[in-house]
Amino acid sequence: MSVLNDTIDWLADAASLSGDDSISNRVLEHLGYTVETVAIASVIAIPLGLWIGHTGRFKLIAVGATGAMRALPTLGLLTLIGLYLGIGLTAPLVALVVLAIPPLLAGAYAGIEAVDPQTVDAARSMGFTEWQILTRVEVPLGLAIIVGGIRSAVLQVVATATVAAYVGLGGLGRYLIDGQAVSDYPQMAGGSFLVVVLALILDAVFAGLQALATRNHRPSRHPLTV
Amino acid sequence: MTWVSDNLDLLRELFLRHAWISALSTLIGFAVAVPIGWYAHRHPRLRGISVALVGVLYTIPSLALFVLLPGILGTGILSTVNVIVALSTYAAAVMVRTAVDAFDSVSPPVLDAATASGFSSSQRTLRVELPLAGPVLLAGVRVVSVSTVSMLSVASLIGVANLGSLFTDGFRRDIVDEIVAGIAAIVLLAIVLDVLIVLAGRLLMPWSRVVVGANR
Amino acid sequence: MIEYRNVGKTFPDGTCAVGDFSLTLPSRSTTVLVGSSGCGKTTLLRMVNRMVDPSSGQVLIDDEDIAGVDRVKLRRRIGYVMQHAGLLPHRTVVDNVGTVLRLNGVGKHDARERALAMLSVVGLDPTIADRYPSQLSGGQQQRVGVARGLVTDPNILLMDEPFGAVDPIVREELQKELLRLQRELGKTIVFVTHDIDEAFLLGDQVVILRTGGEIAQVGTPADIIAHPADDFVRSFIGLDKGRRELRIEERDGVQVVVDASGRAAGVLKP
Repeated sequence: MSVLNDTIDWLADAASLSGDDSISNRVLEHLGYTVETVAIASVIAIPLGLWIGHTGRFKLIAVGATGAMRALPTLGLLTLIGLYLGIGLTAPLVALVVLAIPPLLAGAYAGIEAVDPQTVDAARSMGFTEWQILTRVEVPLGLAIIVGGIRSAVLQVVATATVAAYVGLGGLGRYLIDGQAVSDYPQMAGGSFLVVVLALILDAVFAGLQALATRNHRPSRHPLTV
Repeated sequence: MTWVSDNLDLLRELFLRHAWISALSTLIGFAVAVPIGWYAHRHPRLRGISVALVGVLYTIPSLALFVLLPGILGTGILSTVNVIVALSTYAAAVMVRTAVDAFDSVSPPVLDAATASGFSSSQRTLRVELPLAGPVLLAGVRVVSVSTVSMLSVASLIGVANLGSLFTDGFRRDIVDEIVAGIAAIVLLAIVLDVLIVLAGRLLMPWSRVVVGANR
Repeated sequence: MIEYRNVGKTFPDGTCAVGDFSLTLPSRSTTVLVGSSGCGKTTLLRMVNRMVDPSSGQVLIDDEDIAGVDRVKLRRRIGYVMQHAGLLPHRTVVDNVGTVLRLNGVGKHDARERALAMLSVVGLDPTIADRYPSQLSGGQQQRVGVARGLVTDPNILLMDEPFGAVDPIVREELQKELLRLQRELGKTIVFVTHDIDEAFLLGDQVVILRTGGEIAQVGTPADIIAHPADDFVRSFIGLDKGRRELRIEERDGVQVVVDASGRAAGVLKP
């Protein structure tokens, strides 16, 4: 149990640090990367996914691409892009964006596909334009799954950003990589613990958002206006 | 690709090592998850707890788990056992969900008919329920094997030798070819394992139509 | 008035749903397209609001070729009722009914008023207005679907097997309601069904279809029963199974009407 004690000691010490290596700074960095990459990846992947889901085109390519990307080793991608784009934050962030795209894309087209085709047909026959169908029928009804895609992406990025410390990124991963370099296990364990806590908190937040979004399907009280 | 031709031995050694660690972890994860999934399917109360627990496990970033497990298990951080336990845990975490879905997908009227025909409870589970849940379980194993192969590469960061070591080494020594070779080898391994799983599925479940590429 | 002129439809995968179909549907009356599955009746129905466009020929509404009319605008002035109501699950009943009004730019308050009024017209209690479709029974959902189709006061109402998914008792109620509505409102209704009894009950003009949209017979129910055009029609309306060949037998002093197989079909009332 001395390992546990050492880790707790380290956490206590690190909590009182200020500056670059302080816990608050690393957590903020980590959150910052996550928000930034998921935001950029969302702008690329979600509209594309919505379009694929609504029109039904390129579905096979999308499914194949998302599946293929799951097989790509994250460390491999990080080091490869790191060598090509050089030192600095750009390389790992590019890699993170690329890795965040598949879950976002999948969530978007799966969400649209899950909507009952009869409902879509009814909306079309009433005289909704295609854009109105997408925004007023498909997205509201598919929202829970779309949010689920964002949730996956966020967790994916949190995990990968930790690994990306190896190629120079800041964030909580620094504790793991730096700790490894000097065989400081309490630092590595402390950092890992913090990453786990961060991941669990973010997951809980998104689980809550998903639950809210699911209420569209089985609303209890308040009607949505047109 | 001079690097590849110069280092074929290393590649082969790492490839095999990566293969058996991934395969073993996937197998263990599967073996653990199916019974848990079956119980969770049977008992709604257990289902809620196990899905939640599994969800938590799945949320934990892999590198963090690789680091924390030795502290919890008491093994050295470099030990392969450590990595296998971590990967098996992930595999199990994903598979439990699939296993529950798989058993849910078995049509209740069929089970009913089996009981009425005279199958005992354990016979029914082993000879009817399990085979019928097979296709969904298979699809789950395919997904898990791919992610396990990919996830193992991260363990190179804590010093465990596998194909991922090509990434750390290549990055440090600025050899792009080495990294590309690593990626290619991992993808290749994932495909090979997938084919093997599909073949195993065809052998064990000749009645089902196994569609290659399904569920990806 | 709706007119089909030499309309044909072949789908991209090669299936020929309709060969060569021509028919005039008079205004302010109910025309029923009836036939077994795959005869093209739903395809023909969906050509009127351009959910399907013909591969050949023309569809005209009041002498205007609708191929030249903007689809979205066309659909907003035609009512469409489908088999499972097709209500938007995330909107309340009153919002569902008022949807097309809002699409046409009617204000929220006015739309709600008109929607509520329409609920009464189709025989629904206004208290269900703020419920969600999932909270209604099948029959209620269908009525909401009809209300939605009628709320813009369209001239044309398209109905695609609207009563097919409810149980027989509810179906009978809904059929009666439709007859009442039609007496009050006088719309041009195009109604699709595979049930010949429903067709005879609701149709002023009944069109019996063979596969490929081929017309086997057109006429009033009485015409068709009295003078079936050929064996296909005879078989389709059940004449050859003896169900409709009735005679009178006396049983226990009561005049009982029996069918060809001797089963009692009813009693004779003076």
